[in-house]
Amino acid sequence: MTIDLIKQYWQSYLWGSPNHISGLAMTLWLTVTSCVMGFALALPLSVARAAGPSWIRWPIWLFTFVFRGTPLYIQLLIIYSAIYGLDFVRNTPGVGSFFKDALNCTILAFTINTCAYITELLTGAVKATPRGEVEAARSLGLSGISLYLRIVLPSALRRALPAYSNEVILTLHATTLASTVTVSDILKVARDAYAEYYLPLPAFGIAAILYACLSLTFISLFRKAEQKWLRHLPTT
Amino acid sequence: MAEASAHDVTSIQVRVMNKLAVENIHKRYGETEVLKGVSLAARPGDVISILGSSGSGKSTFLRCINLLEQPNQGAIWLDDQEIKLRPGKHGMLRAENQKALQQLRTKVAMVFQSFNLWSHLNVLQNIIEAPVHVKKVPTPEAVTKARANLAKVGLSTDVEKKYPAQLSGGQQQRVAIARALTMDPEVMLFDEPTSALDPELVGEVLKVIQALATEGRTMIIVTHEINFARHVSNRVVFLSEGKIEEEGPPDEVLGRPKSERLVQFLSGTRWHGAS
Repeated sequence: MTIDLIKQYWQSYLWGSPNHISGLAMTLWLTVTSCVMGFALALPLSVARAAGPSWIRWPIWLFTFVFRGTPLYIQLLIIYSAIYGLDFVRNTPGVGSFFKDALNCTILAFTINTCAYITELLTGAVKATPRGEVEAARSLGLSGISLYLRIVLPSALRRALPAYSNEVILTLHATTLASTVTVSDILKVARDAYAEYYLPLPAFGIAAILYACLSLTFISLFRKAEQKWLRHLPTT
Repeated sequence: MAEASAHDVTSIQVRVMNKLAVENIHKRYGETEVLKGVSLAARPGDVISILGSSGSGKSTFLRCINLLEQPNQGAIWLDDQEIKLRPGKHGMLRAENQKALQQLRTKVAMVFQSFNLWSHLNVLQNIIEAPVHVKKVPTPEAVTKARANLAKVGLSTDVEKKYPAQLSGGQQQRVAIARALTMDPEVMLFDEPTSALDPELVGEVLKVIQALATEGRTMIIVTHEINFARHVSNRVVFLSEGKIEEEGPPDEVLGRPKSERLVQFLSGTRWHGAS
């Protein structure tokens, strides 16, 4: 029985078919796109939140509070079901078709959610830049954008790297919610296999192993990155 | 000889022959007035030591010179050019524009008490960062200069690839001095450059500063090392409660102090500073 399940579902677990990607490939796609886009958005937001004027700081604070203070699952349901339910969204060409697609909604929800967490994390890292190092930079003529691009951000991003790798792993695990809105990620394939064979242990066990493999891959990639970018830290 | 004549000419002429002049600097933090009108003029090659007990405003004064602190009142001249200042928030003076500020800061380099090297950059990157990205010196030229200055502060090329955390305090401060030197500054400011060092490392840093002094560089040094101030500088300023209490040649000021406060200061510190 277990052999049959594997025979029938192994391809779906891994990558699906060319016109319907699923399983590991889909989970990887969800994780990477939302982490990359979330990071790209969080970068300017965190600088603005750490160093901008107050009229720009508090809306960003509100944004991070809302998206960190409510469950991701509810955010996903609101974006997927509630927003598409609005007449003006449905009737606006482009916007309507965007929200009709489950994958778009899922990636949007994950991106915004991880962006909120990364913004908070990077804000802390920017604020933790040693004051003396910033002063030294100013005293040598660096200021404004170049001060941030040359000194503050390179230093802050390095400091944030361990916490960011954590956030990526958490996002990977959070992508399992996609299965609830019909996106065929690893867990969705596992549910389908379970529904057909009533073999919970192999169906979900395979899923767990695949998630563990992905986690391990990310962790080792980040370990390499830390060896490269954090070699300036005193060795203990 | 030159000392005597400096007092005779009018202030306009003094400015013209000065490398750096600051006039009537006032600085307040809330209600507390930290600096109550301090003026200082440095001619080319002057090495001026600023002494004073903690809280006398000496570091604040030094930091006002390159506008790391914004004074409430005062004027700054570099060569005979006045740095244009305008009142900003809370009435504190800031450079009129970014260009003027950058010009001031690329010409006046500062060495800090706690070194303030950029911890994520290695020694060579620390030194060439500002020359390359602020002064737009081509990288190979900056590297050549950086190596020459590392040699000048007594560090071998082995340290080039090391990160600040891998160096001793004395080495870090010498790298910081090399970083300042590589900007080819007109004036160097030292803010208690040895105060954060272990006693056995103080000597190596003072030796480097001494060597720079004999090169004819214009330097202003805030220090607690009275003996060092006496040897290295041609003028000593004693700051007390935000005002200049006494100033003049070191032998005169330190050897025959006139004011009560300086006498007290010297008797208090000699116990610690005489080593």
